[in-house]
Amino acid sequence: MGVIIDKELCTGCGQCVDACPFEALELIDDKAVVNDACTLCGACADECPEEAITVPEVERAEDERTATAKGVWVFAEQRGGVMPEVVAELLGQGRRLADELGVELGAALLGHNLDGLTGELFALGADVVYAADDQRLAAFNDDIYCEVLARLIGEHQPEILLAGATSLGRSLIPRVATAAATGLTADCTGLAIEPEKKLLLQTRPAFGGNIMATIICPSARPQMATVRPRVMKRGGRSEGRQGRLISVELGPEDQAATKVLEVVQALDDQVNLVGAEVVVTGGRGLGGPEGFDLVRQMATALDGVVGATRGAVDAEWIGHAHQVGQTGRTVAPKLYVALGVSGAVQHLVGMQGSDAIVAVNNDPNAPIFDVAHYGIVGDLFEVAPAMLARLKQLRGQA
Amino acid sequence: MDYFFTEEQEMIRDLCRQIAEERIKPARAELDEKEQFPSEIMKALAQADLFQIIIPEQYGGLGGGCLENCIAVEELSRACCGVSTSYAASFLGAYPILLYGSEEQKEKYLPLIGSGEQYCAFALTESAAGSDASAIATEAAKDGDSYVLNGSKQWITNGGEAGVYTVVAITDRSKGPRGATAFIVEQGDEGFSVGKKETKLGIRASATAELIFNNCRIPADRVLGREGLGFVVAMRTFDKSRPGVGAQAVGVAQGALDEAGAFARTRKQFGKPIITFQAVAHMLADMATEIEAARALVYATARYIDSGAKDFSKVSAMAKVFPSDVAMRATTNAVQVLGGHGYMRDYPVEKMMRDAKILQIYEGTNQIQRNVIGQELNKEYGRKK
Amino acid sequence: MKIAVCIKQVPDTANVKLDPETHTLKREGVESIINPFDLFALEAALRLREQVGGEIVAISMGPPQAEAVLKEAIGYGVDECLLLSDRAFAGADTWATTAALASGIAGLGEVDLVVCGKQAVDGDTAQVGPGIARRLGLPHVAFVKGFREVDGGRLVVERQMDDGFDVVALPLPGLITVVREVGEPRPPSLKGKMRAKKYEVPTKGAAELGLTPEQVGLAGSFTQVVKVFAPTVSGDRQRLEGPPEETGAQVIDALVDNQVIMLGG
Repeated sequence: MGVIIDKELCTGCGQCVDACPFEALELIDDKAVVNDACTLCGACADECPEEAITVPEVERAEDERTATAKGVWVFAEQRGGVMPEVVAELLGQGRRLADELGVELGAALLGHNLDGLTGELFALGADVVYAADDQRLAAFNDDIYCEVLARLIGEHQPEILLAGATSLGRSLIPRVATAAATGLTADCTGLAIEPEKKLLLQTRPAFGGNIMATIICPSARPQMATVRPRVMKRGGRSEGRQGRLISVELGPEDQAATKVLEVVQALDDQVNLVGAEVVVTGGRGLGGPEGFDLVRQMATALDGVVGATRGAVDAEWIGHAHQVGQTGRTVAPKLYVALGVSGAVQHLVGMQGSDAIVAVNNDPNAPIFDVAHYGIVGDLFEVAPAMLARLKQLRGQA
Repeated sequence: MDYFFTEEQEMIRDLCRQIAEERIKPARAELDEKEQFPSEIMKALAQADLFQIIIPEQYGGLGGGCLENCIAVEELSRACCGVSTSYAASFLGAYPILLYGSEEQKEKYLPLIGSGEQYCAFALTESAAGSDASAIATEAAKDGDSYVLNGSKQWITNGGEAGVYTVVAITDRSKGPRGATAFIVEQGDEGFSVGKKETKLGIRASATAELIFNNCRIPADRVLGREGLGFVVAMRTFDKSRPGVGAQAVGVAQGALDEAGAFARTRKQFGKPIITFQAVAHMLADMATEIEAARALVYATARYIDSGAKDFSKVSAMAKVFPSDVAMRATTNAVQVLGGHGYMRDYPVEKMMRDAKILQIYEGTNQIQRNVIGQELNKEYGRKK
Repeated sequence: MKIAVCIKQVPDTANVKLDPETHTLKREGVESIINPFDLFALEAALRLREQVGGEIVAISMGPPQAEAVLKEAIGYGVDECLLLSDRAFAGADTWATTAALASGIAGLGEVDLVVCGKQAVDGDTAQVGPGIARRLGLPHVAFVKGFREVDGGRLVVERQMDDGFDVVALPLPGLITVVREVGEPRPPSLKGKMRAKKYEVPTKGAAELGLTPEQVGLAGSFTQVVKVFAPTVSGDRQRLEGPPEETGAQVIDALVDNQVIMLGG
C-alpha cells in the first residue's frame, strides 16, 4: 500500500519523486506511480503543487492499551549507584510532557542498593518511583533488566516511556520494546504532544542525518523513545520533594543468562566525549597528526576534550575514541569548536545539537558554516593561536 | 580500450583495484617514508586469494596463467610499486618450484605460498654476479644425503620476510653453464641467515636483503629438477616472470598519468587549466600512447605464453624492456607536468619516478634484455632462407 | 559453530546530499551498498569460524535487489545466504523487521550465534539486534568490541560502554551486535567472488515464514513517519571577517559575553 495519486490531477512534474526520501515514487508515462517502498510519510503530498496525492489512513487493529494507558515514565538508568545526567534531562522533559497531558511522571529504577537514588528522582520531578532492588540487578544484564522492566510496564501501563540513548539504553530499550510489543523511536532530538489525539510526536534525524523525520506510535503503548544525552534541558530540582515509592519484587525465575565478569572504567585515551561541556574537534584541515597539538592546546585552555572527524581518525592522526559523528559519538556540549572540519553531514549529525558552535576553515563553502554560530574563514593555524592569546589575555585581566 | 578479459580476469582486476584504492593508496606514503614491509596489505592480499592466482588448482590454487598474474600486478602497481614488488616477487620465487619441482615439492610448498602463509623469494644475484649470472660464487657441496651451501646472495627481494627461498648455487664449476643447481631453502634451515636490509631509492615498501649461507645444510630432496639445471631454471623462470615486470611498469606509468592528467585539469596558470596548453597536452598524449602500447604488448605476450608457446624468450624480453623504459619516461614526465608540486613529497608522483627506475634494472637489466632480443633475432634470421 | 549474520542493503548515505534549494534528497548516482557496520559483523563471524570452525549463513530482509549484498557476503566467505523478500515486508519499522528476521533465523535450524552490525546507516536506530534476540528468546550483548574467549558453549566478550567497557560472558545460543573495533574487515576473496557469481540466493516470503500481512511491513509496524523535513540549526549564525588576530579575539569575546566561556576563577 502507498499514497494515493489522482492521475487526473497529476501533471508529471516530478516534484514528488524528488521529495521522497525512500525512492518510492517514479514517473511512468508522465504520471507519478508509487511502489512498495512507500512509508506514508507524506513528504510527497506536501510537495505536490496540484494536490494530487493523498495519504490514506493505515488500517490497524484497535489496541485496547490506547484507552487505558496513562502516565509518562522515565527509565532511571544507573550504573554502580550513579545515574547519568541524561536521567535528569529526561525527567525535565518528562515533567513537561506529563503536565501537558495532565498525568503523573513515573521513574523506573532497577539495580541494587538503590536507597540514595529514589530521593533524587523525586527531587527531579518524579511523582512515583517503581524500584526493583535486587542483588540480581546489581550488574547490568540485558535479559533480566528487560524482563523486569517489561513486567512493570505490563502491570502499570504507562502511555509514554523515555530512556537515555546511552550505550546501556541503546542495548536494553529495543529489547524492552520488543518484549512489551510496542513501538520505539531511537535518538529523538525533539518530543512534543500532538494536540488532537495527544500522541507523542517523536522527531529524529535519518539517512545519516540528511533529513529529519517525525514519527508517531498511534496504536501501541507505551510510546517509547530514547533521547541522546544533552539534547533535552534538565528540569528544576526541589530538594526534599516527596513522592510514592513502589517496591518491586523479583520472582525466582528472574535470572540473568549473561554475566558481567568485569567492569573496566578506562576509556581509550581517557576520552569522555559525551559528558564534556566543551569539545574541540580537529579535522582533515589540520594537515597531519601534529595539527592535533593545537587542538589539544585549545581543549586544555577551554577545559574541554579533544574530538576528531572520521577523516582525521581514518588517516590515523588520532584514535577512534575521539571520533564525533554518525559512526563515532554524538555530543551536544555547551561549546563546540571545529578546527579544519569541512562539515560532512555524517559529522554534523554528531554535533549539531551543541549550544554554541565555532568553526574555523579556510574554505568559505565548507558545509560546517551552515551550522556554525560563529564562522571564521581563515587559516586555523593563525586563528586558533589568536583565540588562545585573547583568552589568555582576558584571563590575566579577570 | 577493451582487452576482452574473461569474467574471472575482470574479477581479479576489480578486486585488485578495490584493494589498491582502499588499502594501498592510503598507506603508500608512510610505507615509503618508513621503508616498511607492507605486512597488513600482504595479509589482505592473501585473504583475497591473490597469492593463489598462478598456483594450479590441484594444489588449492586458481590455476591462472601469465595474463592473470599481469592483471593483478598492474592494478596493484598503479597504487604502489613497492607493494606490487613484494607481491610479485613471491611468484618469482615460486616459479622454479612450479616449473621444475617434483610432485612432493609442489605438494609441500605450493599450498603454503598460495595461501600467503609463507612468502617466497628467488635468490640468484651476488655482489660479483649481476648481469653475469654465471659468475656466482655460492657453492653447494654434496655431503651424504644433504647439500651444504656456502656463500651469500645480494639484493634479494622479500629477503627476511619470505619463508621459502629458491636459491641457485654452483655444484660443479668445471661444467660451466651446466655447473649450477637450484635448491629450495627454508628460513629455519641450519646455517641460513638474513644479513643487511638495504635502503633504496625506490620501491621502499619492498624488503631487499642479503642472504648468508654459512655451512647451510639442507636435505638432498631440496634439489629442483636435478643437479646442473640451475641456470636453465633461472632462465626459464625469468622468461615467465618478465611480463610481470612489464605489468608493473604499465601500472606505475598509468598511476602517474592519472595523477598528471587530473592535476593538469585543475591547475590553472595564465587563466587556463594547463592541460589546454599544447606543451602539456602533448606530453600527456605521448605518455598515454606509450602506456597503451606497452599494455598491449604485455597482454599479447602473456596470452602467447599462456597458449602453451614453447619459445618465448624474445617476446618476454620485449614485454619487459619496452614497458619499463616507458614507465621511466612517463613517471619523469608526470613530475614535470606537476612542476614544483611534482617535486614535493606531498604529491605521489616523485615516488612513482623513484619506483620506476628499478624496473629497468632488476630481473635482467634492460641492456641484457636487448642482448636477449638481439640474440634471438640472430637465431631467427639465421634460420630464414 | 553455526553463525547467522544479519546484513542490510542501504543507500550509500555518505554520498546522499540534500538539495539546499528544494530540501529534498538527491539520490542520483547513489549506490546501494552493504551496510558498513554489517561488514564488521561479517568479519567477526569469519574470525570466529577461523577459530572454532563451523558455518556462516548471511540473512537479509529486503527487496529482490538486496540479493546483491548477500552475494557480496558469499564473496567475503560466508557459506550460505537467505533473502527474506515479500511485497508485504515493505515499509517495515524495527518491530516488523525483527518479526521477519527472527522467523528467518528460526528456520535455519540450530543457530549458535546471531551477529548483527551495531546499526544501519539509513535508519540509525540500532534496534534490530536486541529486538531479534528478545523474539528468539536469546540472551544478547550489544556493542561488542572484542572477544576474550571463544568456545562451543559461550563467548566472553568486551561490551563497549560510554565510560569504558564491560567484560561479559554470553552463553550460547546468543546474539551480539558489533562495533568497528571488533576488527578490520578483510577484502572479498577471489574464490568467494567466483562462488558468488554462480550462487543462487534462496528467498523466502511471508507465507513461507509463517507470517501474516498484519505482522509485517507497514501494516505490522507500530511506528509511522508523519513528516519529513530538512534539518535546521537553531540560533543565529554569523560570519566573522578580518585578519586572524581580530577574528580570533572577536569570537572569544563573543563567547565570553554570552557566558559560553566563563572567565571567573
